[in-house]
Amino acid sequence: MNRFAELLDRLAYEPGRNNKLRLITAYFRDTPDPDRGYALAALTGALSFKHAKPGLIRDLIMDRTDPVLFGLSYDYVGDLSETVALMWPKAAPAGHNNPPPPTLSEVVTTLRTLGKTDLPKQLARWLDELDEIGRWALLKLVTGAMRIGISARLAKTAAAALGDKDPHEIELIWPGLAPPYLDLFAWLEGRGEKPVNRDPAPFRPVMLAHAIEDTDFASLDPADFIAEWKWDGIRVQAVAGRDERGYMQARLYSRTGEDITKSFPDLVPSLHLPGAIDGELLVLREGRVQTFNVLQQRLNRKVVSPKLIKDFPIHLRAYDLLGDDENDLRELPFAERRAHLDAFVRKLDDPRIDLSPTIAFDSWETLMAARADPSSAGAGEDAEAVEGVMLKRRDAPYLPGRPKGQWWKWKRDPHIIDAVLMYAQRGHGKRSSYYSDYTFGVWTSGEDGEQLVPVGKAYFGFTDEELLQIDRFVRRNTTEKFGPVRHVVHEPDQGLVLEVAFEGLARSPRHKSGVAMRFPRISRLRWDKPPREADRLETLERMLKDVTAN
Amino acid sequence: MRPQDILIPAAAGLCCKPGGFHIDPVRAVERAVITHGHSDHARAGHGAVLATQETLDMMRLRYGDNFARSTQAVRYGEEIRLGDVKIKFHPAGHVLGSAQIAVSCKDTCIVASGDYKDAIDPTCTPFEVVPCDVFITEATFGLPVFRHGDAADEVKKLLASVALFPERAHLVGAYSLGKAQRVIALLRQEGCDAPIYLHGAMEEITHYYESRGIALGELRTVKGVKKADLAGTITLAPPSATSDIWTRRFPDPVTAFASGWMRVRARARQRGVELPLVISDHADWDGLTATIEATGAGEVWVTHGQEDALVHWCKTRGLAARPLDLVGYGDEEEHEVVAADEAEA
Repeated sequence: MNRFAELLDRLAYEPGRNNKLRLITAYFRDTPDPDRGYALAALTGALSFKHAKPGLIRDLIMDRTDPVLFGLSYDYVGDLSETVALMWPKAAPAGHNNPPPPTLSEVVTTLRTLGKTDLPKQLARWLDELDEIGRWALLKLVTGAMRIGISARLAKTAAAALGDKDPHEIELIWPGLAPPYLDLFAWLEGRGEKPVNRDPAPFRPVMLAHAIEDTDFASLDPADFIAEWKWDGIRVQAVAGRDERGYMQARLYSRTGEDITKSFPDLVPSLHLPGAIDGELLVLREGRVQTFNVLQQRLNRKVVSPKLIKDFPIHLRAYDLLGDDENDLRELPFAERRAHLDAFVRKLDDPRIDLSPTIAFDSWETLMAARADPSSAGAGEDAEAVEGVMLKRRDAPYLPGRPKGQWWKWKRDPHIIDAVLMYAQRGHGKRSSYYSDYTFGVWTSGEDGEQLVPVGKAYFGFTDEELLQIDRFVRRNTTEKFGPVRHVVHEPDQGLVLEVAFEGLARSPRHKSGVAMRFPRISRLRWDKPPREADRLETLERMLKDVTAN
Repeated sequence: MRPQDILIPAAAGLCCKPGGFHIDPVRAVERAVITHGHSDHARAGHGAVLATQETLDMMRLRYGDNFARSTQAVRYGEEIRLGDVKIKFHPAGHVLGSAQIAVSCKDTCIVASGDYKDAIDPTCTPFEVVPCDVFITEATFGLPVFRHGDAADEVKKLLASVALFPERAHLVGAYSLGKAQRVIALLRQEGCDAPIYLHGAMEEITHYYESRGIALGELRTVKGVKKADLAGTITLAPPSATSDIWTRRFPDPVTAFASGWMRVRARARQRGVELPLVISDHADWDGLTATIEATGAGEVWVTHGQEDALVHWCKTRGLAARPLDLVGYGDEEEHEVVAADEAEA
């Protein structure tokens, strides 16, 4: 535990991605199984045990210290786990009978089976045995609040470096692996075979599109592209396959590979053929696509009630096929995959799954007209749920990530960007108990690599329900407090993406970003989108040029 | 005699009327008794200055030969009569030459400890517990969250980082009087025998330490060294310099900071520290409370730092305690302002 604690401690201060990788890889190299495996699980969020509540931690320290001293200390430090870790009274001086501090494996395996009533005692015992940093890491682990700016991807990349492997290889076998990953480390160290992903319905890393600019069209030939509507829903991957006993397993993944099947049980029976569909999750009522705001009612629900399922009937609009039964189609050109998809959807013959139509066009002008008026260009009554068009090269294979020049997105409204929530501040009046003022930022390349630069502040645009959700998010994801301002986690893989709508853009030397927005408001919460995929400052700068040109 | 008739807080600092002197005065006074050489305690411009030889030397290095009208060096354990009181210097373990000052008048003894630590430090005489009636303690780290641990472990952490990042330079922010030399001595104890580099502002005081017989191994000035040659090396610099453009001469530097404040994450992050090293020249919470108990004092006066918590603790132990509310003292690191370019000139 102490070695893992040292790693977490060091990572918490290290800003550079490459240095973080080095630290994690060195830890994997120097730490024996199964501890390193549990560490990988902790860093990738793959550990599952019931988290301890802050109240429990507070009770433990209150029993052991002077409440006045605790109050003064907590005020000074500002973080409960850290305060407790630092002021936990020293156990009796080391003697022969003192147990050694627990290993990470011991902590993880014990927590898995420990009953709720035994938790306080066990925690206290460990806190007695560990040092300050060990206690801090333990408390962060058991309360489920690590927040050290490490993404699952980064941890896997560090593991891959141990065996000079491509992290993509780990991603592919990851769904079939489980902590403490003995087989994975054996393979990475050249002691064992590459683990096989026995998952009958594995996730495949998704392919993403670039935002297209007016200047791009000159070099693009319309004949090379297929165009589709860009649906205002949620990008998903719907995978089905037969397990060892021959039973069909179906899973729904978010664009980041998170298994979201549980939230959409009503779609599972429709996935009755083995294959992997890339598509958009939508709510359809009487055959009509509903707006994102309607779809949002079905997101982030703990309990999916029959009423919810009935009121918000879920639908999958398919636009790509990555696998057909045993066949991996990702190497095929898009036009061919599209033909496979067409046949696949027809074979599925299910009202909940249909094909995303293509848009006929022979020149960019025709497509532009379609984009401006989707209703009369084939989208009909679904036009409201169209947020633009997608352009996909006919000959493009399905490549993970955001390969250049293959897929383009051409959004309808130029005055919308996806930004990342960076800071939150309490509001005034009846909102004074809520964090309702949000500073958001977009990505730019800085001295230390990719970083977020604040581009504006918004106070409205959200519903009361959304305000509650953001407020809760802010309180749970505060990394630092500066007076009334909370610094909210905004890492590439952790944070909240806000879709911000605005009326205009102007150059502003007063802002660090160099641009100022007019009338910005939160138009939507993008819980589904990882911060890494939020917009870039360059996008705003180009918008700025467009605005001035007009 | 009541203790407050012997020593009383005044605008200039702690004043001893029957002895006719001030301890660590923050304004110019006729007669000053100085506990140690840090700039918030040892100031220039007094009439007569009484201090250990090392403290006087440090004042001379900082302020020049004419920092006081007259000086008198006192050894540890030596007793001196001033007016109606007797004073005696005892080691404080804070930095080289640091002293606690015991002031006795009739049958009452007050100890003004200045800054002190009870942890081992290879660069100065160990702290000595002085039995007294009233103990005047600092409270820089007067909260139970401050427990400094073993400084050797922190230095091991630094060496492990140097081993892991051999192509980067390690820049250790440390107060130039005391902390820097202690960190160097600790590095030597942990087996580091490579040359250690110094920021220009640290050289003079470090060489003074060496002249007092403290072995620090091979030291080099960092000025003029090629960037590439600083890979894998350790450089000591004043804390303010580690966030300065001065750091651009180092290859991808890892910024460390040796201070008791590094125990608290928010403090380390505020400073942009990547490698916090919890090494303090002040007593931690356990050190403060253990020392108070060991002196047997029935009354405790708390000077600069987190007075509230320590006063509260004393009261729960049945000790009379009060904050002294002296101004002008504090974390020496925050007092140290170094114009890096000037220091390099």
